[in-house]
Amino acid sequence: MTEEIIIAGFGGQGVLSMGKIMAYSGVMQDMEVSWMPSYGPEMRGGTANVIVILSENRISSPIIREFDTAIILNQQSLDKFENDIKPGGTLIYDGNGITRHPERKDITVYRIDAMDEATSMEMSKVFNMVVLGGYLKVKPILKLDNVVEGLKKSLPERYHKLIPANEKALHRGMEIISEVEQN
Amino acid sequence: MSESFDKKSMIDEANLAYKKSEVMTENVLSYCPGCGHGTAHRLIAEVIEEGDLQDKTIGVCPVGCSVLMYNSLDIDMQQAAHGRAPAVATAVKRLMPEKFVFTYQGDGDLAAIGTAETLHACNRGENFLIVFINNAIYGMTGGQMAPTTLPGMRSSTSPHGRDTILMGNPLKMTELVAKLPGTYFVTRQSVHTPAAVRKTKKALRKAVEYQQQSKGTCFIEIVSNCPSGWKMTALQSNEWMEENMFPFYPLGDIKVPEE
Amino acid sequence: MKRELRLMKGNEAIAEAAIRAGCDGYFGYPITPQSEILEYLMEEKPHERTGMVVLQAESEVAAINMVYGGAGCGKKVMTSSSSPGISLKQEGLSYIAGAELPCLVVNIVRGGPGLGTIQPAQSDYFQAVKGGGHGDYKLLVLAPASVQEMADFVELGFELAFKYRNPVMILSDGIIGQMMEKVYLNPQKERSSENLEWATTGKPAGSERTIITSLELDSAKQEVFNQKLIDKYREMERSEVRVEEFQTEDADYLLVSYGSSARICQRAVDLARAEGLKVGLIRLITLFPFPKKRLEELAGSVKGMMAVEMSAGQMVEDVMLSVCGKVPVVHFGRMGGIIPTPEEVIENLKTKIIGG
Repeated sequence: MTEEIIIAGFGGQGVLSMGKIMAYSGVMQDMEVSWMPSYGPEMRGGTANVIVILSENRISSPIIREFDTAIILNQQSLDKFENDIKPGGTLIYDGNGITRHPERKDITVYRIDAMDEATSMEMSKVFNMVVLGGYLKVKPILKLDNVVEGLKKSLPERYHKLIPANEKALHRGMEIISEVEQN
Repeated sequence: MSESFDKKSMIDEANLAYKKSEVMTENVLSYCPGCGHGTAHRLIAEVIEEGDLQDKTIGVCPVGCSVLMYNSLDIDMQQAAHGRAPAVATAVKRLMPEKFVFTYQGDGDLAAIGTAETLHACNRGENFLIVFINNAIYGMTGGQMAPTTLPGMRSSTSPHGRDTILMGNPLKMTELVAKLPGTYFVTRQSVHTPAAVRKTKKALRKAVEYQQQSKGTCFIEIVSNCPSGWKMTALQSNEWMEENMFPFYPLGDIKVPEE
Repeated sequence: MKRELRLMKGNEAIAEAAIRAGCDGYFGYPITPQSEILEYLMEEKPHERTGMVVLQAESEVAAINMVYGGAGCGKKVMTSSSSPGISLKQEGLSYIAGAELPCLVVNIVRGGPGLGTIQPAQSDYFQAVKGGGHGDYKLLVLAPASVQEMADFVELGFELAFKYRNPVMILSDGIIGQMMEKVYLNPQKERSSENLEWATTGKPAGSERTIITSLELDSAKQEVFNQKLIDKYREMERSEVRVEEFQTEDADYLLVSYGSSARICQRAVDLARAEGLKVGLIRLITLFPFPKKRLEELAGSVKGMMAVEMSAGQMVEDVMLSVCGKVPVVHFGRMGGIIPTPEEVIENLKTKIIGG
């Protein structure tokens, strides 16, 4: 089993840390993992993306052109990566600010309005965890328990008081994700 | 050398007025006659010997006339790239804090190519001694203009005299480093008369003492001569130094610890 | 030996492995994409953990000269930088090689020339393996292809540096430096307090003084010294060549690559095999010494070789020298921080060698 994921959005949306938590969770499940961020000026605002690979085998290239799953958090990233999803693959996107919705018919598309949800929960900081919850629901590779463990590993001790809020966000994401019929 | 010229058989210990420091090697100094470097080497050797520091000392010598200092001092030494002695000494001292570490640098090395390393080592207050020989010229490469060459002074690259508008002003590094919080003891001395030699030795002794107390960087400038580069006899060069160098680079302590 | 499992960036793995390897001193200056090494070390307070000295120098030039000073005292010292900063260190490296001092230098390569880009590249190959600074000398160059090797090569690098009294370089790039993978870390090694006879630690009474220098004004003596260095490099060529091979036994076509490019090539081999093409990969772990002999052997069994590297074509020259025209050797590379994809590698293999 190998799952190749791209997560893309604006810098500051928690794209890299979402990927990091997924990678930590993979380690908890004894998988091979790689986490390859786009780095550089993009770190300072603009777009950010990270490729996460989870596999039962040794990972060859950490940089790939086609993905099993794309988690897309803004319009530029949707425009950039929609065509890089493997046929039969999965696209998860946040509808906030999207004017051109996904068009491919050979993939499964899910929408998760995580930004709106996090705002209404008055927890905009855990926006990325709402998205991750949605992913866990539709791609049950990583176990929720391991993700919570992963959170503990990737968050510095001083932020551990925020873990319950993050857990809540994960659950909320699992509830609100919904498939979009592509016809 | 034949037996009859053996110095031990010629000089009775009781009549010995002056003895070469044990920290000096038997090698013949490679400096030109009348040059101040030899005297400065000797003073450093004496201070190391008197402080019983031979087995604790690591010297760092630069590029330039003083590069061969390791031939004359019987201590462990590292030869640094041009200008980098303070960086080399920084690591030596930090990795072996119990040692006595010094650099010995000329004006081109310390005040031109090594300005950054010198200022930053002093600013960090690295616990070593910098001995700065200022003779206002590049001696080894044949008398080119140095950062410390005086206004109007001739050199092979300022043959009509240093024009400060075209060539910039001489840099007073010693006054500069005295302003930095990391320096503890900063002084300017010379070695051209017996009295001056005594004062310089006293300054070196103080610096060694402060070093052992880890007080910060000690910086001793020695205003010196370069008979070959200045194209003068040894005597003329000392007179010229008194008349021209000292007014611009006045001797004396610049920063002394509060007692 | 119990190894600790961590998930880390390549740069962080280097820093942590340095502390655990008993490194005495790190001297560095910030530059993207390797600043995490210095940042991680400062965060970890290695002075409290092992007594290791960590200092942010005023420049790359100062940092490499601090390494010279520390190495001259017989200490395990290192520095790290990225391409423009490594250029600045070349003078110091030449002096370190000339004074026969051991040290570890990490280059997390970015695209050049000049300020170039901060994205990954392999365009410093020539500089790393051909000497880099002035004079006849070589660095021993290790090319990690995983975060695990970033950690492992720190310890190996120090070992080789002291074995040969020669600078060792870890040549990596922003891909391996910035990516996170699982890494198994060795337990803490004690810092060595051994006094080495060639090191300046203060002249003990009654014994000879130690001089660390690269200066020799007598040409005849300098030539003898140059020959000594060459003998040392020949010995490295006999004893230290390291490669990893993937499906080379039955390969018709061989990819030759190192570091992050080799990871991409591994995937390309899988894709090619799925298409029925017998492609193999030799991944170079040491870039100097270069695996001349093994490539010469493989030239007897394959129809062609393609060097894959993120440069305009540097390592390919050494591949050509190794096979002496026995088989066609071509180059494929991307530049400027563009990373080739496995698919591109296959496409180029097809057009440049198989179809060509």
